[in-house]
Amino acid sequence: MNLLQWATDPWGQRVPIHIAWFLIQVAFVSGVAFLIVHAAYIRFFAGDKQWSGTTAPEIIAAIPERVPRHSRVARAFHWLMAVSMFTLLFTAFLPKVGVKFPWVTFHWIAGTVLAASVVFHIIHASFWLDFWAIWPDKTDLQDAVRRVRRFFGQTAPPPRRFAKYPLENKGFHGAIIAAGLTVIATGVFMMFRVRTIFFPRNPYLFTDVTWGWMYVLHGLAGVGLIALVMIHVYFGIRPEKRPITKSMIFGWMSRDFYLREHDPARWKVTPVAVHPTREEQELRDAS
Amino acid sequence: MAVIHDVMPAFLLLQPASLADARKLLEEKGSDAWILAGGLDSFDWLKDRMRKPKAVIDLSGIQELKGVRSTSDGIEIGTMTTLTEVANHPLIQQKYQLLTRAAEAVASPQIRNQATIGGNVSQDARCWYYRAGWPCYRDGGNICFADTPDGRNREHAILHAERCVAVNPSDTAPALIALDAKFVLQTAKGERVVSAEDYFVGPDIDITRLNILRPGDLLSSIRIPPTWAGAHFYFEKIRDRQVWDFPLLNVASAITLSGDRIERIRIAVNAVAARPLRLASVERAVTGKPRSAETGEMAGNLAVQGAVPLQFNGYKIPLMRNLVKRAIAGGQETT
Repeated sequence: MNLLQWATDPWGQRVPIHIAWFLIQVAFVSGVAFLIVHAAYIRFFAGDKQWSGTTAPEIIAAIPERVPRHSRVARAFHWLMAVSMFTLLFTAFLPKVGVKFPWVTFHWIAGTVLAASVVFHIIHASFWLDFWAIWPDKTDLQDAVRRVRRFFGQTAPPPRRFAKYPLENKGFHGAIIAAGLTVIATGVFMMFRVRTIFFPRNPYLFTDVTWGWMYVLHGLAGVGLIALVMIHVYFGIRPEKRPITKSMIFGWMSRDFYLREHDPARWKVTPVAVHPTREEQELRDAS
Repeated sequence: MAVIHDVMPAFLLLQPASLADARKLLEEKGSDAWILAGGLDSFDWLKDRMRKPKAVIDLSGIQELKGVRSTSDGIEIGTMTTLTEVANHPLIQQKYQLLTRAAEAVASPQIRNQATIGGNVSQDARCWYYRAGWPCYRDGGNICFADTPDGRNREHAILHAERCVAVNPSDTAPALIALDAKFVLQTAKGERVVSAEDYFVGPDIDITRLNILRPGDLLSSIRIPPTWAGAHFYFEKIRDRQVWDFPLLNVASAITLSGDRIERIRIAVNAVAARPLRLASVERAVTGKPRSAETGEMAGNLAVQGAVPLQFNGYKIPLMRNLVKRAIAGGQETT
C-alpha cells in the first residue's frame, strides 16, 4: 500500500507527485469513526462533569448576564475562514471522488482568502487579543492528567474549570494551525504552477523533488483538514457545546454556562464589550 | 517514459459479436478493459507500453456499430464506420457535406480506410510529453511540461487552457458540433444521448480525459438531425504536411441564409483547446448580418478574444482569426 504516488521525471529521477487519493476516504472514515466513538462515550460512559474550586459571591455578582467571548472582528474572521475552508475542501476533493467541475480558480481564490484572513488573525490575536489564551498552560496540563486518572478510576481531585478555552479547544486550534499553515505555505508556492493574478507562472521555481514533496505536504495537510473540520463541525452542533457555538455567532455566552464551565479567576470577563439587552440598558439608564 | 516495442504486449483479446455482448464485457471488465475501434490511437498506446490494459475489447466484429442509416430524424452513423465510408456515403455527401470534407481531411487514405468515426472523435491528446509518458497533469502528475518556458508547445492550446495545454486533435468533431449531432453512449445505467459539444471536456472539468466516456462506457452511434441538411458549409484544416497530419487548427461552419443575411449559424473550431469549441458568441454576433468580409472580420476578431498564446504558438491567434473570418464570409477553402 503506497501512501504516496511516485513518478519518474524527465531526468530519470524518482519523484513523489502527490498523496495516494485513497487517503481522502481514510480521512473521511477516520473522522466518522471519531464522531461515533465520541458520541458513544458521551452517551454511555461519561458521567456528569465535576469541577473543583469555587467562586466568591462578589465575583459572581459582578458577572453580567451575557459574558462577552468573541469580538465582532474575531467572529467575522472565524466565519470567513470557515467559508474559505469549506470552499477549499470541496474544490480540492470533490473532483477527486468523481464530482467534476472547474475547481482550480475557486480553489486558489478561496486559498488566497484563507491566507489573508489567517495573516490578519495572527496580527489581530497578537496585538489586540489575549495571545496566550488559546495556548495550553500548566493548569490545563495538570487538569488533563487529573481527568485521565479519574477516567481510569484512579484517585485524583476533580479538574478546575476552564479558562477562556477548554484544553480540547486549544488542542484543536494547535492541529488547525499545523495543518492550516502547511496548506497555506505550500499552497502559496503551488500558485506559481497555475495562472493567477498575483505572480508570473514559474514551474521552475523548485526542483521536481521539492515540488513533489510540496504537493505531498499540501495533500497530507488537506486530507487531515477533512477529519479536523468534520470533528469541529461535530462539536459545534453537540448539545453541550452549543453555548460555545452560539457565542461564535452572537459574541457572548450566558452567565450560567460561564460560571458552570469557566473559572472567573482564569478568564476575567470585560463586560463593556457586550451589547446589553434592552432590559439591561433600561436598568443602566435608570440608575 | 515510453518504451518502443515492435510487438504488441500480452492482453486478453475479447471480440464481441453484438453490442449487448460488448456492453456485458465492458461491465464485467470495467477499468481493466480497453476499447479497440480502428486501432490507430490504441496501437500507439499499447505498443509504447504506455497503457497496459488486462483486456482489449475489439469492436470490429459488431455489425450494429457499422454503417450509415437513414432515420426518421436525420441519419445515424455507427461509430465503427470507417472515415472512408463516412466520406464516400452518398447521403452524407448530399446533405451533410461538411462531415464529408472533415472526414476527407483526416490523415491519409490508408488511415481513413482503417480509422473509425468513433475513434476519431474519441482519440486522446497528441501532446508528445503526454504520449511519451512523462508524469504530466493529464497522466495524473502535477505539471504540464509543454507549458514551461522551454516547453515545445507550437501545436498546443491558446484557449481554455488550465494547467494542461494539450489540444483535441479530431477533424470530424468540429463538423459534428456544427451539424448539431448527438452522440449515443452505452453506459452501465443504460443509453445516454448527449449533444456533440457536451461529449468533450476540458482540463478544467477533467484533466485526464478529453471526453465524458468513463470506464465501461461505449460510444455506439452518432445521430445527425436534419436541421442543417443542405446548409452552406465550410470546413478548413491547416496542417504542417498536407499529405498526412493532425490539425494545427480547423474550423467547421453551417450557415443558412435569408437573402444575403445569415439566418442561422453554427460554427466550431478545434486544435485550439482541449475540447473542440463551439463559438456561440460568434454565432450570436453574426446572426442577422450579411455574409460578407466585414462580418467575417468582426467574427474573427471576436473569436480570438481571451486567447492566451504560449511560447511558440502565437501564430494560432491570427490563424484562428482568419479561419473564422473565412468560415463566416465564405470563399475558397484549403485543407
